[in-house]
Amino acid sequence: MANRRIDEPTGTSTVGHEWDGIEELDTPMPRWWLWTFYASIIFAVGYVIAYPAIPMVRKGTAGMLGWSSRGQLQHEVSEHQAALAPMLAAIGSMAIEDLPNDPARMRAAVSGGRAAFKVNCVQCHGAGAAGSKGYPNLNDDDWLWGGDLKAIEYTITNGARQPGDPQTRSSQMPAFGHDGILTAAQVDQVAGHVLSLSGKGRDSAAGAQLFAQNCAICHGANGTGNRQFGAPNLADAIWLYGGTREDVAAQVTNPRHGAMPAWGGRLDPVTIKMLAAYVHSLGGGEDFVEAAPAAKADAAP
Amino acid sequence: MRHPDTIDVSLYEKHQTVHNKRIDGPFRRFKWLVMAVTLAIYYGTPWIRWDRGPYAPDQAVLIDLAHRRFYMFGIEIWPQEFYFVAGLLIMAGIGLFLLTSAVGRAWCGYSCPQTVWTDVYQHVDRFLDGDRNARMRLDAAPWGPKKIARRALKWSIYLLIAFWTGGAWIMYFADAPTLTHDFWTGHAAPVAYITVAVLTATTFILGGFMREQVCIYMCPWPRIQSAMMDEKSLTVTYKDWRGEPRGSFKKAQKSPQAFGDCIDCNMCVAVCPTGIDIREGPQIGCITCALCIDACDKVMAEVGRPRGLIDYITLEDAEREKAGGTPRPAWKALLRPRTIAYFSVWAAIGLAMLFLLGTRSHTAISAAPDRNPPYMLMSDGSVRNAYTLKLRNMESRPRPMRIVLEGLPGAVMWTDEIGRHEAARALVPTVPADSTLPLRVYVIAPPNTAGQDFEFDVTSVDEQVEMAETETRFTAPGDE
Repeated sequence: MANRRIDEPTGTSTVGHEWDGIEELDTPMPRWWLWTFYASIIFAVGYVIAYPAIPMVRKGTAGMLGWSSRGQLQHEVSEHQAALAPMLAAIGSMAIEDLPNDPARMRAAVSGGRAAFKVNCVQCHGAGAAGSKGYPNLNDDDWLWGGDLKAIEYTITNGARQPGDPQTRSSQMPAFGHDGILTAAQVDQVAGHVLSLSGKGRDSAAGAQLFAQNCAICHGANGTGNRQFGAPNLADAIWLYGGTREDVAAQVTNPRHGAMPAWGGRLDPVTIKMLAAYVHSLGGGEDFVEAAPAAKADAAP
Repeated sequence: MRHPDTIDVSLYEKHQTVHNKRIDGPFRRFKWLVMAVTLAIYYGTPWIRWDRGPYAPDQAVLIDLAHRRFYMFGIEIWPQEFYFVAGLLIMAGIGLFLLTSAVGRAWCGYSCPQTVWTDVYQHVDRFLDGDRNARMRLDAAPWGPKKIARRALKWSIYLLIAFWTGGAWIMYFADAPTLTHDFWTGHAAPVAYITVAVLTATTFILGGFMREQVCIYMCPWPRIQSAMMDEKSLTVTYKDWRGEPRGSFKKAQKSPQAFGDCIDCNMCVAVCPTGIDIREGPQIGCITCALCIDACDKVMAEVGRPRGLIDYITLEDAEREKAGGTPRPAWKALLRPRTIAYFSVWAAIGLAMLFLLGTRSHTAISAAPDRNPPYMLMSDGSVRNAYTLKLRNMESRPRPMRIVLEGLPGAVMWTDEIGRHEAARALVPTVPADSTLPLRVYVIAPPNTAGQDFEFDVTSVDEQVEMAETETRFTAPGDE
């Protein structure tokens, strides 16, 4: 460093390097700056020891503290679940028909049910619970098996046409066309009558007579259905398998029957209760009446 | 001049503690005033009460992070109105531009927290260990029981001030009396203790030990200010054309013609809180606190020479004076296009915000239609749509609000609370004080209603009538 000298205008010494006549002045950093740098290095070493840091062949080092983002998530999830536990216990402890009397629990049940619905139910009923052909829409006011909280809870618990479950919702409509009970022409006449019940299509005396003989026993004389047998209301605007004359005729000829799993063995009673509350909250829920025929009758056998 | 070979190249510089001498004068008194006002604002503001009724906190200034509300006396800001805070920050920024272009680094010299707390700590030094010379002696003295005791006492007081400073900070974020009680009984949130600990540590280190090092090495503001000052900005200047060549009072008395006004008494250096020599010209270490002006004026009065050897002056006026021109009063430097432009922008933003604050509505509604399913065909053929309404009540009292369907003939609506059998064209929910009420509303229209746009109109039905509306879509079969 032979070229060190005092720079005249500033009175500061140079560091002695020179590049094409450009020299560097020696304006030293404060000493504490250096200490801060050393402190950062020490911190970094400690961090590397304490936390996962160094990538190895298969996975990184684990760190002394044993911290992991997955572990932290699990911790937060379990904390969250612990915080939910009292409310879940409270919901579990009361009969479902009493839930609406406790708005806070009802709200909690609806949001819990919404979450459970997304996991277990959307596969058939759709993300908005609007269903599709053959899968009931849960938003409307048309219920095959009853739309009060207790009836919905029962349906979820026992399912529909669940093999091996004696409690399951079950009904069987004869295959009128397929089994030769009615001819194709008769089926078409019945379909015409069915559509006329909701003000659509042509009616015929023959169709009305066939309906009274074959269908009214389950669906009622006016076709308003019977929840005791799960017989759909035929006089409304909602059609599970389509509302054209061909759709109705096809259903009379060889009816399709939807099936829903019994969730009683798969989900815990509190989740089922919350699912029922959610489904009930979608806009078509009915008030629970103590002597609701659907619920009573279904509970009996 | 030293021979080049004897120069040591040192990469790091040892920290020289600044022991500034006590001085009194107009600028020192102004600093006292600014310190008293700023510290009183900082420590005292959270304790001011402001009655907002039973539904809102009664703390005048409160940043309620948990409930996402910002209270400042009569003003309450919700998160979506954060532009008011952004506006305040922009005003603070432009205010600094204004201040810098007019009076240079006045912010640094008087009201920067680093300056104010450094000043506090330097007064602690002076109070405990005496003035400049006594402190320098103590600093140089070997460590012994007496020095250890004095240092321990001083650092305890540093720590106390630091703790008080850190403690005051958290009071802005919760009800101050409650938080104080919780803090001392161990019931405050961990974040409160952590914040106090961090701020205590930073105040202790930055105010007690780092001091001018923060201004010189850490703070970006001095560098930015260098770019914002120009030859028309006031700055603390040593009038070298008047002072040089400097010589002691005795020498100057013997040959008055050979020397300037500076008697080289070094008072300006002794009183400087950042330890610089202003006579070397404007420099990054000068925070323009003007204590050297106080010191020099005092000395000039004692030796019977006119004041202002060191003074606030613009570079332009300095050049004029140096060339023999008449001095211009300092206040004239304040009024010029640049400062007026900054002030106009600053004032315009302030007035615009005041106007917005004064005219904003405390009622609002928004509607989000259900998209899945978009509509629902009911068993009687009527069509139902569901909406999530958000009713906003920004008053700190519960208010009934009347929602009316505007358009959509024949349609009625209901909520889960009232049920379908009481469906009507209007609903009157009560929105809780100072909150947003989410309301799931079912709108049902007669069979064969076509998809169409309509409005939810809301009117607050208490003494303060405010209206709002939102347009949304009613979806029907065949509307996809």
